[in-house]
Amino acid sequence: MLSVGDFIVLASQNLRKQEARASRRRSIDRWFGRIGLLFTIGTLGVLAILLLNLAASGLTRIDWQFLLSFPSRRAAEAGILSAWVGTILLMIVTASVAVPLGVAAGIYLEEYAAKNKWTDFIEINIANLAGVPSILYGLMALGLFVYQFRFGQSVLAGGLALACLVLPIVIVATREALRTIPAAIREAAFALGATRWQAVWHHLLPYSTGGIATGVILAMSRAIGESAPLITIGALTFIAFLPPAPILSHAPFLSFDWLFSPFTALPIQMFNWVSRPGEEFQSNAAAAGLFLMLITLGMNGVAILLRRHAQRNIKW
Amino acid sequence: MGTLPTNSRRLDKWVEGGMVWVLRFSGWASVLVTFGIVVTLVTESAPFFGHVPFRRLFTDTMWTPLFAEPQYGIGALLAGTLVTTGVALCVAIPLGTLLAIYLSEFAEPRFREVVKPMLELLSAVPTVVYGYFALLTLTPLLQEIYPDLPQFSMLSAGLIMGIMIIPYVTSLGEDSMRSVPMLLREGAFALGDGKLGVALRVVFPGAFSGLASAYVLAISRAVGETMIVAIAAGLQPRFTLNPLESAATVTAFIVQVSLGDLPHGSIGYQSIFAAGAVLFLMTLGFNLAGHALRRRFHRAC
Repeated sequence: MLSVGDFIVLASQNLRKQEARASRRRSIDRWFGRIGLLFTIGTLGVLAILLLNLAASGLTRIDWQFLLSFPSRRAAEAGILSAWVGTILLMIVTASVAVPLGVAAGIYLEEYAAKNKWTDFIEINIANLAGVPSILYGLMALGLFVYQFRFGQSVLAGGLALACLVLPIVIVATREALRTIPAAIREAAFALGATRWQAVWHHLLPYSTGGIATGVILAMSRAIGESAPLITIGALTFIAFLPPAPILSHAPFLSFDWLFSPFTALPIQMFNWVSRPGEEFQSNAAAAGLFLMLITLGMNGVAILLRRHAQRNIKW
Repeated sequence: MGTLPTNSRRLDKWVEGGMVWVLRFSGWASVLVTFGIVVTLVTESAPFFGHVPFRRLFTDTMWTPLFAEPQYGIGALLAGTLVTTGVALCVAIPLGTLLAIYLSEFAEPRFREVVKPMLELLSAVPTVVYGYFALLTLTPLLQEIYPDLPQFSMLSAGLIMGIMIIPYVTSLGEDSMRSVPMLLREGAFALGDGKLGVALRVVFPGAFSGLASAYVLAISRAVGETMIVAIAAGLQPRFTLNPLESAATVTAFIVQVSLGDLPHGSIGYQSIFAAGAVLFLMTLGFNLAGHALRRRFHRAC
């Protein structure tokens, strides 16, 4: 039999054991918190290392001569003029195809489409399209745009390939932006006699510009950094000239010859330099990479701020 | 509606009717893109599969379709993809899961809101920059530790690829862990478990199909990644499972052939579409599996 005194001793021992266990758990939790923080910072540190690394070997190469020279066999005379002009032209084609098409598709799926198996099919298709490796878009462009449609290895073929690649990003962003608009806005417009398209054009689109713009910027930043599809259509060639100018000094003042011109782009130029031996070409590559990083990270930063701004300013 | 109400109403009707068709076409355009990819891959690779005996794809041990005496062992390319993907997953799954657990269960909400978009920047870095980093920074570093490492190695490419896909694991994983109902956590806390215990014994199993979908989608990314492996892992197909060697992946082979002159209809041209078809089937499988897992998770929640 336990006496009362024994019982008290046992109970207090038990309590002490439990307290010890609880404090051990607390210290495990504390340690895991520290480890998690350490790894989070470490992972983010990779970004900083990437940037510093590129800056260390590329910063000395960046000057006007580098920006305004064509690629050259002599590393010190080489530059990225045709590359950044090519990137801008590609982005014009990509944006003018992917943005209207993606926004319209988002509107269709969110506001018009009936909930049936065809719509399900389109949605599953978009989800899968977002996961298709970029190089397969390049193969499609090679078979379809370059040879079937006879666009050749041109700005048009490359821009269309990138447009197909980023289309899902624009569609998803548009749908998410439209989904955050309360149904009351639509009902109010319909109650005043607006047609579906009038409700979309005068109300839903203006209210979702922030979200759509975020998606478009992210899509463009993805397209700028993409090189695999462009290499596949055969764009990795020595380009020491600029495509014909889009604006002429004489009638008809506008020319679209540049669409069919061969091109190079920043990531391709960088790939070209990376794969060459010799430290000078590598520092050219680093300089081009620094530009690419600043452009894409900058665009992503703008997108993050825009998203936060859009979320904060809307009060329905 | 101004002075011409009937006219303006007729115009509205026209616009309304026309826009429905414009929007419907745009909705189906994404299906057209998929269709374009599938049809191109099938028609352009059909001649290749037509004159290569199907058996040889698996019995040959080398992939040299452009040589005078060609070999068609696609296994040599698949081995490269398998090894680089494996190395990448060894980095991304433990690290990505750790970060997901930390951000979802331990970090302050404000810290999480700042860190999550910054982590996602890791997958926004152009892959050619990662390739540069793997080849010119990481490989020399690894050579200090292991001097026999060749200039091109699957290890170096795989490690960097792992860093690139961390955000896919962390972001999706953290989302699914946070959607585990708070009640379950509170029940476990009430029974006296600590934070880590709750995270590992309640939240992790509860969110497992969500996490699994994150892993599968990350695998699909790694299998399809091109520039990092093309720059840092080498372009020479080699049947090896040793990450310390150089070998071409399916994607790197496509790049390597594209770099040369590629006349329409040549055997080289057909062979990259054949490699592309294999790649498409692999990633399609992973993507469908990933989405199925994700849908199952959302239904369970």
